[in-house]
Amino acid sequence: MGKVKRSPWLLHYDASSCNGCDIEVLACLTPVYDAERFGVVNTGDPMQADILLVTGGVNAQSAEVVKQIYDQMARPKVVVAVGICACTGGVFKDCYNISGGVDTVIPVDVYVPGCAARPESIIDGIVKAVAIFQERSDKHEKYIKEHGESARDMSDPDAAAREGNPADFFDALGKTSDNKEGK
Amino acid sequence: MRILMPILYLLLAPLVGGLLDGMDRKISARMQRRVGPPLLQPFYDVQKLFAKQRIVVTNSQTFLMITYLVLMIATGALFYSGADMLMCFFLLSTAGIFLYFTAVVTDSPYSYIGGQRELFQEMCCEPAVLLTAIGFYILEDTFQTRDLIHADRSAIVALPGFFIAFLFILTIKMRKSPFDESTSHHPHQELVKGVTTELGGGNLALFQITEWYENVLMLSVVALFILNRNPWSIPCAVLVVLATYFLEILIDNTSARMRSQKMLQLSWAVTIAAAGINLVILILVR
Repeated sequence: MGKVKRSPWLLHYDASSCNGCDIEVLACLTPVYDAERFGVVNTGDPMQADILLVTGGVNAQSAEVVKQIYDQMARPKVVVAVGICACTGGVFKDCYNISGGVDTVIPVDVYVPGCAARPESIIDGIVKAVAIFQERSDKHEKYIKEHGESARDMSDPDAAAREGNPADFFDALGKTSDNKEGK
Repeated sequence: MRILMPILYLLLAPLVGGLLDGMDRKISARMQRRVGPPLLQPFYDVQKLFAKQRIVVTNSQTFLMITYLVLMIATGALFYSGADMLMCFFLLSTAGIFLYFTAVVTDSPYSYIGGQRELFQEMCCEPAVLLTAIGFYILEDTFQTRDLIHADRSAIVALPGFFIAFLFILTIKMRKSPFDESTSHHPHQELVKGVTTELGGGNLALFQITEWYENVLMLSVVALFILNRNPWSIPCAVLVVLATYFLEILIDNTSARMRSQKMLQLSWAVTIAAAGINLVILILVR
């Protein structure tokens, strides 16, 4: 199949960000940076998105949402963690309700550091993610060629190798979902 | 000619529609002082959507979407074969109903609201669309498009009110702001994806292609107002169609979404005021 890298559609989710990185993500779409010249569309729908952009560290409330959004996205998909909180948890790392970066819940492909991340580095991260998207799409097409067109319905070429078992959030914190306070 | 034109429509309408869509995005970007995506961006998008994993919420969804596409192509093919214009518009409404089914069959509340609004938009458009056909009939005594394009003079001379009413509902038909009630391409509206919420991958690509077919068909009706037996009317019609499309882009970029009640009031008011008065004059002058 052709060049999917020309049409990366983004989905932006704020896990627990202070809105610093969110403003910078939106700045990427303004006339100064104009990410749309790369074909980037900021879509609001997980089913139509290719790249998941997460800002802020993951907390007890947003962990399930992040997982669900990731599961709803069609393959091939790429995850970008924007800002230091999304990368590692940042200054909130040791807070009682923060599990750390996005990679404690879902597999992350590109890390964009910064507090807040600069639009230049966000676009740089997206360009890196687009390259991964193309690479994964080529693998995806190869898999479908081998297994027939019906494989497109539940094609899963790289999931087992790449995703592994994302750490269960509540296990990682030593808490259960019924007992979120951890008492 | 009666075989050739529908085949040309079938093959060329997605190309023309896609290019118009690309122009739309480019011109919109320039209006916002951005560089904007390449002209062929809509084709890249559709190609990518077909390459993605196929996620289907309900099995009947894909079938309904394909029916919507097929009915839309049938409408356009009928129009271009020179057949009954009224029949085309009835078929067009039937196609619209299948889009509504596609949206509501998924059980998603957002998709459902989008579907309801899609029906509402149909309701706003229908009087103007039907009156347009009636206007042509009173003027030329025929509904057949193959006869209408060989008129002695352009229909717009006698039907300016109908033309204004049709231009008005064109914004609704193209789902452009301020009337992008059922779905929006921009993520700053209160209901972002609407009818397309539960469409992903190939299904969304089909929706996109159907939009292209529909846009070309609606712009062809605009061209019908201009065309007459003089061959020079063809370039004139193309110019008017391009100007109309530019006007739609301009309106899209300079207006915020309107409430659906307001849309109904406005569209019917414009239809009655412009097309209705034109109709009365037409009947009296005859």
